[in-house]
Amino acid sequence: MSTTDTLTAGEPILSVRHLVKEFPIKSHSVVRRTVGAVHAVSGVSFDIFPGQTLGLVGESGCGKTTTSRAILHLQPATSGEVVFQGRDVTKMSKGDLRRMRRNMQIVFQDPYASLNPRITVSEIIAEPLKIHGLYRGGGQAQVAELMSLVGLNPEHGNRFPHEFSGGQRQRIGIARALALKPKVLVLDEPVSALDVSIQAGVINLLEDLQDELGLAYLFVAHDLSVVRHIADRVAVMYLGKIVETADTESLFERSQHPYTKALISAIPIPDPRRERERERILVQGDVPSPANPPSGCRFRTRCPLRMTLSETDAARCADEEPALVDRGLGPRHLAACHFAESEG
Amino acid sequence: MSVEKPSFGAGEELLAVRDLTVTFPTGDGDVHAVRGVNYTLRRGEVLGIVGESGSGKSVSSLAVMGLLPKTARVQGSITFQGEELLGLSERKLMKVRGKKIAMIFQDPMTSLNPVYKIGYQLEEAILAHNDLPKQQARKQALELLETVGIPFPEKRIDQFPHEFSGGMRQRVVIAIAMANNPDVIIADEPTTALDVTVQAQVLESLRVAQRETGAAMVLITHDLGVVAGQADRVLVMYAGKPVEIGSVDDIYYNPRMPYTLGLLGSLPRLDANRAERLTPIQGAPPSLLSLPPGCPFMPRCPLAKEVCAEQEPELLPTDDPAHDAACHYSALLAGRKAQEVFVASAADTALPESYGAEIAGATGEITTVPEQPKAEQAE
Repeated sequence: MSTTDTLTAGEPILSVRHLVKEFPIKSHSVVRRTVGAVHAVSGVSFDIFPGQTLGLVGESGCGKTTTSRAILHLQPATSGEVVFQGRDVTKMSKGDLRRMRRNMQIVFQDPYASLNPRITVSEIIAEPLKIHGLYRGGGQAQVAELMSLVGLNPEHGNRFPHEFSGGQRQRIGIARALALKPKVLVLDEPVSALDVSIQAGVINLLEDLQDELGLAYLFVAHDLSVVRHIADRVAVMYLGKIVETADTESLFERSQHPYTKALISAIPIPDPRRERERERILVQGDVPSPANPPSGCRFRTRCPLRMTLSETDAARCADEEPALVDRGLGPRHLAACHFAESEG
Repeated sequence: MSVEKPSFGAGEELLAVRDLTVTFPTGDGDVHAVRGVNYTLRRGEVLGIVGESGSGKSVSSLAVMGLLPKTARVQGSITFQGEELLGLSERKLMKVRGKKIAMIFQDPMTSLNPVYKIGYQLEEAILAHNDLPKQQARKQALELLETVGIPFPEKRIDQFPHEFSGGMRQRVVIAIAMANNPDVIIADEPTTALDVTVQAQVLESLRVAQRETGAAMVLITHDLGVVAGQADRVLVMYAGKPVEIGSVDDIYYNPRMPYTLGLLGSLPRLDANRAERLTPIQGAPPSLLSLPPGCPFMPRCPLAKEVCAEQEPELLPTDDPAHDAACHYSALLAGRKAQEVFVASAADTALPESYGAEIAGATGEITTVPEQPKAEQAE
């Protein structure tokens, strides 16, 4: 891969360390004082390696989208580091940020809202090239090439977004993100707005592009079956924290965090016989408010495992926050649960 | 999850839909949203209706409830326990709605009234069909909230919808649907707006609702996983028409319509080999404004031949009389896998209205930049 030769395989291209993002809660009085904070992301750390995909999964409100935006500095992080190619994104100047974004791009969830309806598809894809002064001399040919790269017909370049289907629009968004030949692509729920028959084509495209261009992906999604299919490594988020992270096989075969287990068991399988026989782990209640997260382990209020623990053990969940560490579950398999290992 | 084999064909016939068509006149012409739907629903049975957006699955159910806008032209017949519902006066329909047939809508954020307390809305549903003192209605409302698994119902009953989370609200909607012991519950994408762990809770509540009321259920969804675990029979819709109907096992293990097969092949599954390529269906569903003659799936179908462009296939029994499919070549699909029929391609070149141009895979090379002539990729 020509795009990866500057980096050795063992070195992460993107390292996120203790990333925190808080949104202030303002009072409703005339003087809008800050009266609290929504802890959207509370100390998230992970690495992404060249040519690999990290799947970031979790339910709505767990902070996965906020994480992806903070990485690109679209929403500045409250604290923490985002080291991309050896430099901290959170401390970059405006000019440096712009140069950084040549190498790291984002594809948004909603293909209907993320494309300007008033300009043609060619212009949409050419926009990043123009912004970075790369359009003159072959920009047009490059746009045509990008269109065929993402599986669209380049002859349709002079059409407008509304003439394309949802899946095709998402491909336009991908072509735009690829225009500057980035090394990392942040994909924020790229297929969740699409019908299943269309979704599969976009997933295949993303896999092909990664093989061809050696891209690294941060794949943010709520659909675990899609993540399992596309990711090399998975991080599961709950209420602003990563609760378990492992290589994909390991996570799905040997998950030990009660939340991951419940999440996996809740996914319906399109196989009637298996579905009839399956035992579900039902999680009680709803996600607590991120403005006032529970003490200790954030999952403890809903945890099915905690209900089976002795009183002293259960108290530990409330008093002591479990660290995301290796608990002997396998190589590179980390879990944030005091009792992750105690189960078989 | 119940392990017993789904049984059907037994219970009394509750709901029968015959040749239902729904047309919406618009400025651009008639939109044929539903083009001939037939099904029967028996007591205790769960019928899953599956299809992608715009396939007419919701519209056909709104027609059953008589909830379509006045501009819609509805034809055919919908009978409930022998009584024709189409053309019934609003007054008579109100006696059926909520009492005999109840509906659960997709979005629990908008299907509850934000200015009334949960308790009031439940009592309203109970009192609409029963002559009861208020206290008794309240007692029933409390019981209902408990049945659908809402913690602290005594406290919750006096709260407003905005104090409930999405999953909780959907359970309140389910409780309202259960309020009058209906014979049929129509659930229109009841879990689409919810997270998976909450979806599991709500599906559990739905199962409880069905068990407690003994009602038959029509479960409308685009999620083949949800249907697999819930339904006894499945109806697959495409472009306003049923294209396949059969027992849940037949549809999943022995699909006889290329569209069903394609849908199953395009799903990433938790129980599949990760390295296996997905097989998307090429193209997009047709516009319901101007459907060409022939099979509406023809432009996307890898098996299509001339006859498919000329003649729209009828929904006919396959070799199994309880399993119908609308495909000229349904016999060819016996025992075939999606990977054998569909190509695991990554391209999507045809614009929604045109079909033809094909570019195989992602063949362009981004690193070799300018000189390449445009014609080379456009072949």
